[in-house]
Amino acid sequence: MKAIFFAAACTSILAVALICLFLFINGVPAVAKIGIFDFLFGKTWKPNNTPPSFGILPMILGSIYVTAGAVVIGVPVGILTAVFMARYCPKRLYCILKPAINLLAGIPSIVYGFFGLVVIVPFIRDTFGGTGSSMLTASILLGIMILPTIVGVSESAIRAVPQSYYEGGLALGASHERSIFFVMLPAAKSGIMAAVVLGIGRAIGETMAVIMVAGNQARMPAGLLKGVRTLTANIIIEMGYAAELHREALIATAVVLFVFILLINLLLSLLKRRTG
Amino acid sequence: MDSINIRSFGQKLKAYKRSSLSLILFLLVIVSTILTIGILLFLIGYIMIKGIPNIKPELFQWEYNTLNMSLMPALINTVIMTFISLLIAVPIAVFSAIYLVEYAKRGNRLVGIIRITAETLSGIPSIVYGLFGLLFFVTALGWGMSLLAGAFTLSIMILPLVMRTAEEALKAVPDSYREGSFGLGAGKLRTVFRIVLPSAMPGILAGIILGIGRIVGESAALIYTAGTVAEIPKGRDFLFDSTRTLSVHMYALTSEGLYINQSYATAVILFIIVVLINWLSGFIAKKLSKA
Repeated sequence: MKAIFFAAACTSILAVALICLFLFINGVPAVAKIGIFDFLFGKTWKPNNTPPSFGILPMILGSIYVTAGAVVIGVPVGILTAVFMARYCPKRLYCILKPAINLLAGIPSIVYGFFGLVVIVPFIRDTFGGTGSSMLTASILLGIMILPTIVGVSESAIRAVPQSYYEGGLALGASHERSIFFVMLPAAKSGIMAAVVLGIGRAIGETMAVIMVAGNQARMPAGLLKGVRTLTANIIIEMGYAAELHREALIATAVVLFVFILLINLLLSLLKRRTG
Repeated sequence: MDSINIRSFGQKLKAYKRSSLSLILFLLVIVSTILTIGILLFLIGYIMIKGIPNIKPELFQWEYNTLNMSLMPALINTVIMTFISLLIAVPIAVFSAIYLVEYAKRGNRLVGIIRITAETLSGIPSIVYGLFGLLFFVTALGWGMSLLAGAFTLSIMILPLVMRTAEEALKAVPDSYREGSFGLGAGKLRTVFRIVLPSAMPGILAGIILGIGRIVGESAALIYTAGTVAEIPKGRDFLFDSTRTLSVHMYALTSEGLYINQSYATAVILFIIVVLINWLSGFIAKKLSKA
């Protein structure tokens, strides 16, 4: 029986190994054929041209910009909400707010995407002009989607700071706010950083919500109010009809995304080690 | 200790008058919280108000066609998909948690590797899972876009989630339970299955429910593994039929752009399921903390 338990425990190792193996075997040859430099830094993605060009720099930049936008929007709001949850919230209110934040985390991304499509896109169109499907729209939507992650993880990081830090701050004459923001938050720094990194991971991997609001034009990002295509969108939009080298190039796109995620995971485990 | 720190409203106001920075920070905190909760309420309210009037009986007809755009087959497929995914993932997850908590020795290097891989798995975006499912289950194993391929893909996806919660639940079982069982002459295996596992059940169940939530909400991982056919799988080979779950159904409706009212209605149904799942998970967790 111990052998069965052991075998079950090895499943996750097997799964990661298989995922790496299949992605790399199917994706790397395409990169070799296209040329790694042309693939990663090529500025045009025109798989149907003759000769086709497979440059994914527009999508890499698209993913980075949209994620950065989500961080700019979601992180300050998230951390401040976490401060409220950990240090201000009366217990009665907390019993309502905490499940509400959890609910925000549980809403399927397709519902978020739909909400973005029917609410945020028209709003951006009416306020700033253009089509409304833009980098800004995607950033706002992703900013909302990473909120629960940021709030949840930062809240527990703030709660993990010993109460004596806060009291020490008060004893030195600092106000409630000053003690929280200048004593407790610096002490919770690595936990909050971990929250941000987790949020980045969620934003960069998000697919369904993004393709509904980002416009998805496969060209270099041209501005906040112009459409943009992310790595994830590139895969899901074209995988349905892609063949041969085009298909392999899409799998290679997933490899790039996968490497991004691995780097983020590495960063996360380094942060966790620092938190102890 | 706390009673010293209580201040009256007037005292607070005076303190804020002295320090404008504190006041600004306080206001920022309040505004952010209102914003977060406001977004949630607005999202719920908007979808409910637009969606509930659109829930019509024809959406629940057994057969899907382009006239009624019924979501019933997708709803049933979601249940089947959830059931099969859990059937695959839960035993593996619980067994590996048992290995990690009950059998593995401290400082075992393999345990470290298992933890790292589980963490890696939980960080992988669903589209990468979808692509892997397409390459491995659909193409390499030759299952085609099918219920089974989708279920296997999803079960890998929820594995780390169920495993971690099960591990924590097992760890929370006091050692005295195990010692008592050993003292009464029970073997290791009997102790695990008769004593430890039943006591850890609520925690494990809460994890499984979270897993169900992820399955129900998933769409990106399913489009290229289970496909988008809006029919209930039938016959002896039903495991190899292509199906669409409710989330994929909603994606199909929205991306066509013609059925916006039906999309609202589907969003409401999805949302209600998610609320129920959240409530159930919270309820079980609360029961756990009382016990």
